[in-house]
Amino acid sequence: MSEPRLAVEDLGYGYPGRAVGHHIGFTVAAGEVLCVLGRNGEGKSTLFKTILGLLPLRAGTVRVDGEPILGWSPRRRARTFGYVPQNSGGGFPFTVAELVLMGRTAHRGPFVSPSAADRRAADEAIAALGIEHLVQREWLRVSGGERQLALVARALAQEPRILVLDEPTASLDFGNQVRVLDAVRNLAETRGLSVLLSTHHPEQAFACADRVAVLAGGELLRIGAPADVITPETLRACYSVDVAVLPVADDRYRVCVPRLYLQ
Amino acid sequence: MLAALAVGAALAGSGAAYQSLFRNPLVSPDILGVSAGAAFGAVVGIFLSLPVLAIEAASFAGGLMAVVIVYGIAAAIRGRDAVLVLVLAGVVIGALFGAGVGMLKYLADPYNQLPAITFWLLGSLAAANPRDLTSLLPAVAIGLIPLGLLRWQIDVMTLGEEEATALGLDTRMLRTVVIAAATLMTSAAVAASGIIGWVGLVVPHLARLVVGPAFARLLPVSLLFGAGYLLAVDTAARTIGAVELPLGVLTAAFGTPVFLWLLAFGRRPAWS
Repeated sequence: MSEPRLAVEDLGYGYPGRAVGHHIGFTVAAGEVLCVLGRNGEGKSTLFKTILGLLPLRAGTVRVDGEPILGWSPRRRARTFGYVPQNSGGGFPFTVAELVLMGRTAHRGPFVSPSAADRRAADEAIAALGIEHLVQREWLRVSGGERQLALVARALAQEPRILVLDEPTASLDFGNQVRVLDAVRNLAETRGLSVLLSTHHPEQAFACADRVAVLAGGELLRIGAPADVITPETLRACYSVDVAVLPVADDRYRVCVPRLYLQ
Repeated sequence: MLAALAVGAALAGSGAAYQSLFRNPLVSPDILGVSAGAAFGAVVGIFLSLPVLAIEAASFAGGLMAVVIVYGIAAAIRGRDAVLVLVLAGVVIGALFGAGVGMLKYLADPYNQLPAITFWLLGSLAAANPRDLTSLLPAVAIGLIPLGLLRWQIDVMTLGEEEATALGLDTRMLRTVVIAAATLMTSAAVAASGIIGWVGLVVPHLARLVVGPAFARLLPVSLLFGAGYLLAVDTAARTIGAVELPLGVLTAAFGTPVFLWLLAFGRRPAWS
């Protein structure tokens, strides 16, 4: 067995002067999707930003293919991790094509214009997400789901080994949630990308994840296959709510229903 | 005439750079306090009867000091509306440097220096001579080169610190270079022509409406519009009245209504 694509060891994360979580350890293999659950304020975004190197490590090690990434340049990190932030900060009306092309920043020198290869990679990412029809639209003026797909395309244009998505389905309508998760699942399967994503819907783990990690009280409460981890006990410990986890369609999928609604 | 073109281009170009860098189409050399800082530096230079090049250097130092203080304040006050803090800090620091200018005017020799300072501050190219050009043009060129070369990275910077870093940018380096370059251009323009307001705000804003936010197109169009606009205003200033009107007065008279119009009818997402 070779080294896991991404290994997080005994990680402590938080902000300067404020620890949020500690002793976090998990691995993600190539082609594997790991879904992170945890209540509001549990620090899922903070954890992701720490792994990405946007926040300093408080403790522990992050390895990619066995190599510790401490001290890597932003450029090298950007060629390893594709990141889809929860709230993109861009307020200027770039087109979708221009936005995706920004994913190529780490693949060229600071003074260099995008090359034909860069444009090809961006076009290919756009095609992979099926948003060719949006390229000339302003990315701030397309729908929430399309915007999210554009950000995934940008991350894909980075040609990363690992994709990190911070609540990619937050504030999307039902159909768009399905489309975004399906696109992510596909990328992991067809390109062998390792995917780390967070969500507030435990059920989504059944739809797209190979494994689930649950954060609670600043520690890793459980990690494992969705069917093993997403249980009434874990969900109560995580969200303080009683939930029934019910198999549907010969247990090809499970739904999570608050017990309150079943009484 | 060449001076009008260069000053207009410098103000508009640096305005475009500041707007992209601070991710805010409402900032400009004036609002960030850079113009006031540069003016203060230049007035110190005039007050001490320094040579032209030294006045320009003092102007650059003043402008740089202003933008660093403003940015420092905005970075230190977190948890509020970042844009609001940035703009207010710029206004406050601008006022402080303005007070400094007032103090120097008070102290200046009222027969010789005071009229020079006052006319110059109003914004005028009337006194521009070939000697000014030899210091103005190189400074503008030196500021423009990094802005032009870094045009693709400046686009990424508009996404914000964290996202830009995640896309592989050395944001600290980029910010330092862009601020230095834009401030150099502003200061050179201020040293040559005094405070000519609004060009750095309104022109890049209009340019963005025309060609979009991508810096590779925004910068050249801002330069062209800025140069053309100031040339037109300068021509108007020389011909409208019996005496030449101060340029700064005219650009403000044109700029204010245009800005208000943009504020009311401009495209919302740009400053949400």
